[in-house]
Amino acid sequence: MNPVNYLYLAALLFTIGASGVLIRRNAIVVFMCIELMLNACNLALVSFSRMHGNLDGQILAFFTMVVAAAEVVVGLAIIVSLFRSRHSASVDDASLMKL
Amino acid sequence: MSATAVHSLWTTAGEVTSAAPGDRFTAPTIEYAQLAPVLIVVGVAVLGVLVEAFVPRRARYTTQVFLTVVALAASFAAVIGLAADGYATKSAHIAAMGAIAVDGPALFLQGTILLVSMVSVFTFAERRLEPAPHGDGVSPAGTKSRAWGRVDSFAAQAGSVPGSDSEKAAVKAGFTTTEVFPLLLFSVAGMLVFPAANDLLTLFIALEVFSLPLYLLCAVARRKRLMSQEAAVKYFLLGSFSSAFLLFGIALLYGYAGTVSYAGIAGVVDGDIQDIDPALADTMGNDALLLIGGAMILMGLFFKVGAVPFHMWTPDVYQGAPTPVTGFMAAATKVAAFGALLRLLYVVLPGLTWDLRPVMWGVAIVTMVGGAVVAITQTDIKRLLAYSSIAHAGFILAGVIAASPDGISSVLFYLGVYSFVTVGAFAVVTLVRDAGGEATHLSKWAGLGRRSPLTAAVFAVFLLSFAGIPLTSGFSGKFAVFKAAADGGAAPLVVVGVISSAIAAFFYIRVIVLMFFSEPKADGPTVAVPSPLTMTTIAVGVAVTLVLGLAPQYFLDLASQAGGFVR
Repeated sequence: MNPVNYLYLAALLFTIGASGVLIRRNAIVVFMCIELMLNACNLALVSFSRMHGNLDGQILAFFTMVVAAAEVVVGLAIIVSLFRSRHSASVDDASLMKL
Repeated sequence: MSATAVHSLWTTAGEVTSAAPGDRFTAPTIEYAQLAPVLIVVGVAVLGVLVEAFVPRRARYTTQVFLTVVALAASFAAVIGLAADGYATKSAHIAAMGAIAVDGPALFLQGTILLVSMVSVFTFAERRLEPAPHGDGVSPAGTKSRAWGRVDSFAAQAGSVPGSDSEKAAVKAGFTTTEVFPLLLFSVAGMLVFPAANDLLTLFIALEVFSLPLYLLCAVARRKRLMSQEAAVKYFLLGSFSSAFLLFGIALLYGYAGTVSYAGIAGVVDGDIQDIDPALADTMGNDALLLIGGAMILMGLFFKVGAVPFHMWTPDVYQGAPTPVTGFMAAATKVAAFGALLRLLYVVLPGLTWDLRPVMWGVAIVTMVGGAVVAITQTDIKRLLAYSSIAHAGFILAGVIAASPDGISSVLFYLGVYSFVTVGAFAVVTLVRDAGGEATHLSKWAGLGRRSPLTAAVFAVFLLSFAGIPLTSGFSGKFAVFKAAADGGAAPLVVVGVISSAIAAFFYIRVIVLMFFSEPKADGPTVAVPSPLTMTTIAVGVAVTLVLGLAPQYFLDLASQAGGFVR
């Protein structure tokens, strides 16, 4: 199959993730949407790697996975601590600071 | 390349090497001496984690502060050593198999980041500002001592729920979050790599390495922890959102050029590469990949420097984070991110200068004007400084746009100037306190000049430097940046810049008037007397402000000598 189709899929996944970040209100779901965006990037990198016939893209995809894992560790720690103080993980409730 | 040939790359690697004996796998060479500044900081950060595990709680604070300061000093010495060996000027070099550039701008910015981090560590380590209830002066053994129970700006136990029994117990036991020091070092390590990154992979990893510790540091304020946690969540979600954009941009640029190295991409963008295989010929013709990819990477970097319209996180995070962290973040992140932005625009995408020009101009103009105008309406000193930092990002962008050697050196100089003033200003903010911790509302600063003339005078010096009044470092910085922009054909930007400087001067002067010419309130805040640590930070800030304001020439020369990127 033409690898370009995978690029369209990657762009679609990235867009779904980005709209999820902007639309959803639960911090955990927002965070999952960001992970979806990172995975879309991985798909794009691997497809390009296949097209160019070199391994740079695949190596980058591995690093992205590691970074995503590290981001989960830090992000969940922060979101859980917020949830425990407020009993809510809604990003709309977190509005102590306004203009 | 046919599909089977591509497939064989990772399935039957042995055959490929035997088919092409000249193309054997070669072991990478790592120039440890040239990477020493980064390696020292990472090494000591790891050591700091071990200290948390094995050193008794009482000794941790002293050990961590000592290790951190020694690491930063040693790393700075390594940077100076490299510069003295000529890496900054004639023998610039690309180390670690093309991953990290050791050249003038990289070394200059690394030096700046290390010095700024050093003075920030002093504010992290400050333990004389919090009053008795947050540390009862009784050691766990039951003996009263002045040293025990002194606490810093960080939560007793970051994991405990604010106001809960577990937090009270942690406060009573005199716990402190000494993990902030290794976190700071990890962050500094990422910042050292960020402006030196010479391929897109290193750029992305460095971005994450310096961002993740910062997200955590934002969440651990001792006072106003709900606000601090809220700031951390906002910073984390928006930060990872923007780094996802950066990563997709990297994917597209890689797709366009078939390589992630800066020189390789620049070669493809400029069209001066020799052997073009069919796949590359196919993607090279697709300018959409290049333009969208470049724009998305710029988006990620604009987020980190806090340029409008990617600035929305700045005021909330600056306000909610513990003030020492805010100072460190405001200064060092901006230096690192502008370094990476410069390298990207001058090394990778100079072929796109004309395509990106309208975008860069637009961003610079709305950043300068937006930051300055919105700052006028602020009533919180930390938010005011946040919007001021946005306006300054706009001024620096004007220098970046100049696209000339003068542009590079003026941006380097401005970053050095701006970072020291910022750390100093936030250090002063930590001193003005009332019963609720830091008194950041502007109304509480009324009459500060009557009550504590020295503190108010020092803060006034920083504000004047932010405003760019002559004889302060802010003036020399702004002059250099605007001159470079005007010479680089961006005269309209300079006009906008001067107008927004005038708008910005209004609210800086307003704070000075508030401090010196209004009556102090009866229940106003008190100015805490800090230990020599914070005093050093503030003194260094004032000294740099005045020296670079009165005699900037030596440092301008230094910046212009360091102004050549290696490619």
